[in-house]
Amino acid sequence: MMRLIGGNGWTIGLAVLLALLLVATKAIQPDFGPSGLDNLARSALPFALATVGMAIVVIAGGIDLSVAAMMAVASVTAAVLMDGASDGQAVFAVLAVLLLGLGMGALNGALIVVTRVPDIVVTLAMLFVWQGVALLILNAPGGGAAPWLRALAVGGVTLPGVPPAFTEWLPRGVVFLAVVVAAVWLPIRRSKLGLRFYAIGSDPQAAFRSGVSVGPTRIAAYAVCGLFAALGGLSVTMATGIGEPIPGPYLLASVAAVVLGGVVLGGGRGGILGPILAVFVLRTVRMDLTLLSVDPNVAAIVEGTIMVAVVMFGAVLATRGRRG
Amino acid sequence: MTSATTDAPLARLGRLMVDNPLLPLVVLLFALIGVLALLNPAILSMFWASNTLKIAIPLAMLAACQTLTMLTGGIDLSAGTAATVAAYVTATATPLIGAPGAIGIAMTCALAIGMVNGVGVAFARVHPLIMTLGTGLIATGCLLVYQRSVISTGTEYPALLVWLGTGRTLGLPNGLALFIPFAILILWAQRRSGFGRLLYAIGSNEAAARLSGVRVWQVHLALYSLSGVIAGLTGLLYLGMVKTASLSLALPLDLPSVAAAVIGGTSIFGGRGGYGGTILGALILTVLATMLTLLQMPEGGRRILYGAIILAVTALYIRLTDRG
Repeated sequence: MMRLIGGNGWTIGLAVLLALLLVATKAIQPDFGPSGLDNLARSALPFALATVGMAIVVIAGGIDLSVAAMMAVASVTAAVLMDGASDGQAVFAVLAVLLLGLGMGALNGALIVVTRVPDIVVTLAMLFVWQGVALLILNAPGGGAAPWLRALAVGGVTLPGVPPAFTEWLPRGVVFLAVVVAAVWLPIRRSKLGLRFYAIGSDPQAAFRSGVSVGPTRIAAYAVCGLFAALGGLSVTMATGIGEPIPGPYLLASVAAVVLGGVVLGGGRGGILGPILAVFVLRTVRMDLTLLSVDPNVAAIVEGTIMVAVVMFGAVLATRGRRG
Repeated sequence: MTSATTDAPLARLGRLMVDNPLLPLVVLLFALIGVLALLNPAILSMFWASNTLKIAIPLAMLAACQTLTMLTGGIDLSAGTAATVAAYVTATATPLIGAPGAIGIAMTCALAIGMVNGVGVAFARVHPLIMTLGTGLIATGCLLVYQRSVISTGTEYPALLVWLGTGRTLGLPNGLALFIPFAILILWAQRRSGFGRLLYAIGSNEAAARLSGVRVWQVHLALYSLSGVIAGLTGLLYLGMVKTASLSLALPLDLPSVAAAVIGGTSIFGGRGGYGGTILGALILTVLATMLTLLQMPEGGRRILYGAIILAVTALYIRLTDRG
């Protein structure tokens, strides 16, 4: 059972589950089409980016509870910098936000390494700190977003020279996600750094003895997580056009998606594709509940219960794995 | 904080804090009051002292949840939500079924939240932080659904709770009538009762406790249920104090309650600390909050400060006590 979950079977199973859920959606709502997919992709984008960041930290043997709060900081910073800015200035604003994300993540990692306080406590404290920073930057939802940035994630893909009918079903949000993850994670995964993330995640002692400098690697993992949190915060601003200083429900959702995606809490195993698929599975369930005209608050309860159940299941598996 | 002092006084300070953990807290409390007197000499009065006590009582009670769970190496982030649920249910159900019934239902809800936490921590071995965060989210969702069904019934506050929350006798807040027996019970139970000693045993070394015959799951289940009940009681008292039924009633106490326990010297890793320090921690935080209000510090700045305090104190404790 553990080998099956550890291998690719789990990811394939998730893909099949997602396909079944989409078929079910089509059955519930016969006119579900490109615009429905676009909505799904847009609502899933911040969750997916938060989950990728969380997955990387979990693979490296840590956890980052401040991911939602960092997203809030990135979102309000982007909205404040871009409010009334020209397109050219907005490019710099985006770059600044990404750098800020890297910095926030690196600070989290550095505090863990320097203070020797466990990651879960440090990132809990930093969760409060980043929440405060977001509130200081912007006290209430506001600011603005550059139109070209919004166009990156909203609507279907249109390619010059290709009839729109062929491409409009593919939401831009999915393309954005794929491009970003491919641009950031694939080079890391293929380099020594990616190998080191897995090494310190599975056994820091062994990694240290094979010449991996554990501290800097850990800081790097948190920095990459911060970068993805910043992208997630940007995507919130992209989707809504404003900055949101109160963190959304991304923390628990990202932990649940990471566990459901086959990354073992405790580190060293799993990939990025599984968690991303898991995000879409969870979001599709949410969308189906809405389409079945379930009260949104009840849907939130169902969703929360699913997430807690998934995390509980993952914890049971992790305990079994340690014993076995 | 630590880098300025040299090694020898640091070690001496560490011994002092380990031998006599409450002494530095009392010094800190009076130092803060001294600074407050410098900032605004007119503020210090009997009325101010009594008011500070009144505000500190709910915080100290909610911090009891954190103290007890932290003794086993856990935490209860759903405490604020459980308190809010209890308060809201009491306020809205009193016009329908009378105060005793409403309080009964409210306490049952709080107990249920605690028991769900207990089941997750005891059987599925989910990290308490994630488990309590999840139940907090689910409970908030349930509260939103409940709110819709009682939107027309108005609110009413049981007279006993208002007396406890706002009344004064001989210049002292009536809340003490609830708090003093409560504090004595907790202080007695943590050191003298079997249950209290089991908490320290599990927090110091869970494997050893298990091997010496402790049924750890029973302790966890009872502990988190108790934490839910304490949170419910806090919610009732807080309702009498603020006399508004809102969906985010006790949530502002969530973060300070963790900070109060940490400042009070309870180790977030378990096995060390106690409720006496937590009471002092709650008083320190209340005086600090008065000072921040005087200095007109915005909400964001306060959160940053609380996060920084949690991190700094935890790091300091690790430095002071982990020396070989």
